[in-house]
Amino acid sequence: MLGRLAAQRFREIRQVFRQIPLVSRSFSTALNYHLDTPDNNPDLPWEFTEANKVKVKEVLSHYPSNYKQSAVIPLLDLAQQQHGGWLTVSSMNEVARIIEVAPIRVYEVATFYSMFNRTKVGKYHLLVCGTTPCMLRGSRDIEDALLKHLGVKRNEVTKDGLFSVGEMECMGCCVNAPMITVADYSNGSEGYTYNYYEDVTPKRVVEIVEALRRGEKPPRGTQNPKRINSGPEGGNTTLLGEPKPPPCRDLDAC
Amino acid sequence: MGLGLLASRTLLRSGKIQPGNFTSLLRRCIVSTTELQNAEAAQAQAQPDTDLPKRSPVGGARVHFPNPEDAIEVFVDGYPVKIPKGMTVLQACEIAGVDIPRFCYHSRLSIAGNCRMCLVEVEKSPKPVASCAMPALPGMKIKTDTPIAKKAREGVMEFLLMNHPLDCPICDQGGECDLQDQSMAFGSDRGRFTETKRSVVDKNLGPLVKTVMTRCIQCTRCVRFATEIAGVQDLGMLGRGSGEEIGTYVERLMTSELSGNVIDICPVGALTSKPFAFKARNWELKGTETIDVTDAVGSNIRIDSRGPEVMRIVPRLNEDINEEWISDKTRFFYDGLKRQRLNDPMIRGPDGRFKAVSWRDALAVVAEVIHQVKPDEIVGVAGKLSDAESMMALKDFLNKMGSNNVWCEGNGPNPNADIRSGYIMNTSISGLEKADVFLLVGTQPRVEAAMVNARIRKTVRATQAKVGYVGPATDLNYDHEHLGTGPQILKEIAEGRHPFSSTLTNAKNPCIIVGAGVFERNDKDAIFSVVETIAGRAKVVRPDWNGLNVLLLNAAQAAALDLGLIPDSGKKIESSKFIYLMGADDVNLEKVPEDAFVVYQGHHGDRGVYRANVIFPASAFSEKEGTYVNTEGCVQTTVPAVPTVGDARDDWKIIRALSEVAGACLPYDSLSAIRSRMRTVAPNLLNIDERQPATFSYSLKPESHQETGTVPFGTVVENFYMTDSITRASKVMAQCRTLLLKI
Repeated sequence: MLGRLAAQRFREIRQVFRQIPLVSRSFSTALNYHLDTPDNNPDLPWEFTEANKVKVKEVLSHYPSNYKQSAVIPLLDLAQQQHGGWLTVSSMNEVARIIEVAPIRVYEVATFYSMFNRTKVGKYHLLVCGTTPCMLRGSRDIEDALLKHLGVKRNEVTKDGLFSVGEMECMGCCVNAPMITVADYSNGSEGYTYNYYEDVTPKRVVEIVEALRRGEKPPRGTQNPKRINSGPEGGNTTLLGEPKPPPCRDLDAC
Repeated sequence: MGLGLLASRTLLRSGKIQPGNFTSLLRRCIVSTTELQNAEAAQAQAQPDTDLPKRSPVGGARVHFPNPEDAIEVFVDGYPVKIPKGMTVLQACEIAGVDIPRFCYHSRLSIAGNCRMCLVEVEKSPKPVASCAMPALPGMKIKTDTPIAKKAREGVMEFLLMNHPLDCPICDQGGECDLQDQSMAFGSDRGRFTETKRSVVDKNLGPLVKTVMTRCIQCTRCVRFATEIAGVQDLGMLGRGSGEEIGTYVERLMTSELSGNVIDICPVGALTSKPFAFKARNWELKGTETIDVTDAVGSNIRIDSRGPEVMRIVPRLNEDINEEWISDKTRFFYDGLKRQRLNDPMIRGPDGRFKAVSWRDALAVVAEVIHQVKPDEIVGVAGKLSDAESMMALKDFLNKMGSNNVWCEGNGPNPNADIRSGYIMNTSISGLEKADVFLLVGTQPRVEAAMVNARIRKTVRATQAKVGYVGPATDLNYDHEHLGTGPQILKEIAEGRHPFSSTLTNAKNPCIIVGAGVFERNDKDAIFSVVETIAGRAKVVRPDWNGLNVLLLNAAQAAALDLGLIPDSGKKIESSKFIYLMGADDVNLEKVPEDAFVVYQGHHGDRGVYRANVIFPASAFSEKEGTYVNTEGCVQTTVPAVPTVGDARDDWKIIRALSEVAGACLPYDSLSAIRSRMRTVAPNLLNIDERQPATFSYSLKPESHQETGTVPFGTVVENFYMTDSITRASKVMAQCRTLLLKI
C-alpha cells in the first residue's frame, strides 16, 4: 500500500511540474541575490548625470533631512530610468550613499518591488497585464504573440537590445482589457515614457512593436478605433439624453 | 515531526519525564481536535475554572516597577497580574506564568511581529492578536488556552511547516530547535500542503556560520541582531512573498566579531555553527558552566563536551557581563584545545631537540639549575591565561627562592598595583549603560573586549551617547568622534582647549576608558595623570558615579595585580639567568640572554617553547579549576569540563611539586589551602561571582611629574582572532584571520 501511495504521489508531483513551466510565474526579473557579471558588478563606477543630480536634490527636499531614507523609491526609479530600465549593484550603492543607509537596505527595497528590474531589459520593456480581467480577455494569447514575434522568452532581451517582455499585475485598465504597457527607456530619464496600450489584439501588439522598432510613437490608449477612451464600442448606448433634473415640488401649486 | 510525536507519547506513557512544566507542554500537543473543529461551540461549553492552581513566572521573570503609579492590571487566563505600563501582552503572559510560543520575538531585539506564532485571544478583540507586538492595556482579558488561540497557533504552525524541509534527522539544530519543540507542543499532527516545497540558495557567511537557507522561516532575528547589536548592516530580507529570503544580496562574509550569536538566536537550523557541523548531537553533550579566558571580560560560557573532547562553546546568561552573547573568538577557539598540546615533560638535549622525560627527572633538573643561579637572576613571568592560584604559587615559590621578579605579561614594566581603582573597570560593564559620554583612550574595545564594545554600542544606540576616541583610526561599530592619535590631544582636553572637553564637563555621567595597551608605554604615569586631570575637570569620579576605567586585555591581568605580581624593575629579563615562563608566550624572547635557563610551563607548544630548556605540560582552562578576575573586578572560577591530556598537571600543582624538589616546600597541598593563602594577600579573590568595587579612588595616588610623550597610541590587538596560545593553535581562528581580517 505504501508503494502505491508513493507512486501516486510521484505521479502528482510530476503532473505539477508538467503543468507549470517553472519560469511562468516570476514577478521579478531577477534572482534575490547578485551574481557578478561584466556589466553588473560593484566595481563599476556609477553616478547620476548632472541633470539628474538636480532632480535628486529636488526629491530629497521633499523629506526631512533626518529621514533621507524615505527617498529610496523615487531615487531608485530615477536611477532605473537613467540606466536604461534596470538597476545595477553600483547604482543601488550610489542611492544608498546618497540617502545615507547601508546598501543592504536599498537592496531590500529593490528586490521587494517587481517594477525595479535588476537584470537588463530592452529599450522598450513591454509589460503584459496578467490579472484576471485581462487574462479572461486573452492576455495569454497577447503574450504568446509578443514572445513568438520577438523570438524571446519572458524577461529575455531581444538580440538587438530593443525589446523585452514581462508580466505585470493589474494596472487598473480592466475596462479596456486586455492591455500592455510600454516602458520606453530609449531616451534616458528625460524622454522616459510609460504608456498604456489598451484593447489590444495579438495582431495589434505586433503592429505596435513594429511601429516602435521604426521609431514611431503609436497612439496610446485604446487600440479599438470604435471606442473613445473607456467608452463603449460604437458610442454610448445609455444615458443618451440630457440628464433629468432632480424632482422638485411645484412651488407655484402651493 | 511524526517521529517526535511518537517519541513524546512513549515517553509520557513510560512516565520517564518528571511531571512539571515540560510535561504540560508535551501534553498540550495531544489535545483532541474535535473541539478545535468547532471553536465557538467549544468555547460556549467551556466552564470557568473556580479553583485556579498557582502559577509562577516563566523562567523566574521578575517585574520591576520604575514608577509604581504606572502599574496596570491585566487578566491572563483569569489570573490578575500587575505589570508596568508599556509592557506587551506577551510579557504580561510571561509574568503570569504562561509561556507563549514565539519565533520572531526576542527580548533583546526590536519587535518585528512577523511570525504570528504568539497569537492569543483577547476579549472584545474581533480576531487573535499577536501578543509580542500588542501593548497590554488596563483590564485586558487575555486568554492563552482557548480553542481559538490553539487553532490560531496550529494554523500558523502549519503555514510555517509548509516550506520547511523535513530534514530534522540531519539538521544540527535537531533537539534544540524552537520549531521542532513548538510544533510538538502547539502544532497539528498533520498538514494539508501537497505541492512541492520551495528551496533557497545557501549563502556563504564565512568560516563560522553555516547556512541552510531552505530551513529559514523568515523570523528576521538574524537581520535584527546584525543591525542592532553586532552593528554590521549586511543581512537583509530580500524579495517578497513566497520568494522571500534572508541574504546579503552581494556576496559578503559576515565580518562581525559577534557573528556567532546568530547561531543561538536562529530558532531553526538555518544558521548553524560551521565548525560544529555534523560533529555531535546536542543531547549527547555534557554541559559544564564555566567562564571564558580569551579576553579580560570573563564571558560566562558553557563548555559542551563529549568524553575527553570539547565539542562546542555556547554562552550563558549573565546580565552583568556578557548578557547572552559571546564573541566569535570565545565561541570558536575551542579546536585550539586539541592541537599543539604539550603532553609530557621534556628536556632539551645538547642536540637542541626535546626529549620526553618523567616528571621526576624534569623537576630534578630544574631544581638543580635554580640553586645554581643568584636569587636576583631568577625571573618568573605568568601568562595571559594564568589563574590566580597558580600565580600565587609562582610568586610564593620564587619569593622563597629569594627573587621578587614575578610579573604577569601585559601589565607593563612598571605596573600600578597599589590602588585597585587604577587597573579595573570601576563603572562595571553593566554600569556603562548609564554613561552618556565616553572617552576611549588608546583602546579599541571592538578587538580588545568585544563584549564591552557591545555594551558601549547598546548605550550609544539607546541614548545617543557621544563617544570620543583617541588612538589610531579604527572601525568601532558606532558613531564616534576621532579626536586624535596621540597623548597631546589628552593634554588639550585636560586644559580645556579642545571642544570635547566641554562635552565631557556637560555630561551627566561621563566615562573614560583607558586601554591596557597604555601600560606598556614609557609615559604611562604621565598619561594616567593627564587622564586624572580630565576626570577631575569633568567630575568623572563622584560618590555616586565612578566613570574612570581601565580596560584590561587578558584574563590573568587583574588577578595578577590583585596578588601583587609586580617586578622589581623592568629590565630584569636581560640580566636573568633563570626564567620561569608560566604560559607566557608574548615575552620578548630576543631579550633573553643566551646562557639563561628557560623553563616553560604551559599547555600549548607556542612561542615560549622555542626558547625553553625544560617544558612542563600544564592543563588548559577547560581542564582545571581556577580563579579569574575580569576587567571589572568580578571574581569567577573555571570548572573542569574535560580531562587533561597526557601527563599534564594543574599549574599550581607543578609549582608545588617543584618547590618540594627544590627544597623550599610551599605550605599548601590543596586548592582550598592555596585559596586560604590567597585570602591573606587579596581577600576579594574568594568572593566568587561577586564584583568587588575598588575602595580607594585615584586621589590617593602620588603625583607624577613625568611629561607625556608624543608617540601616538598604537593598535594593541592587531589580530582579534589570535591573541593567546590557544587561539593561535586554532585552525578556525586561522581561517577567520585569513578570510575576515583582510581589509
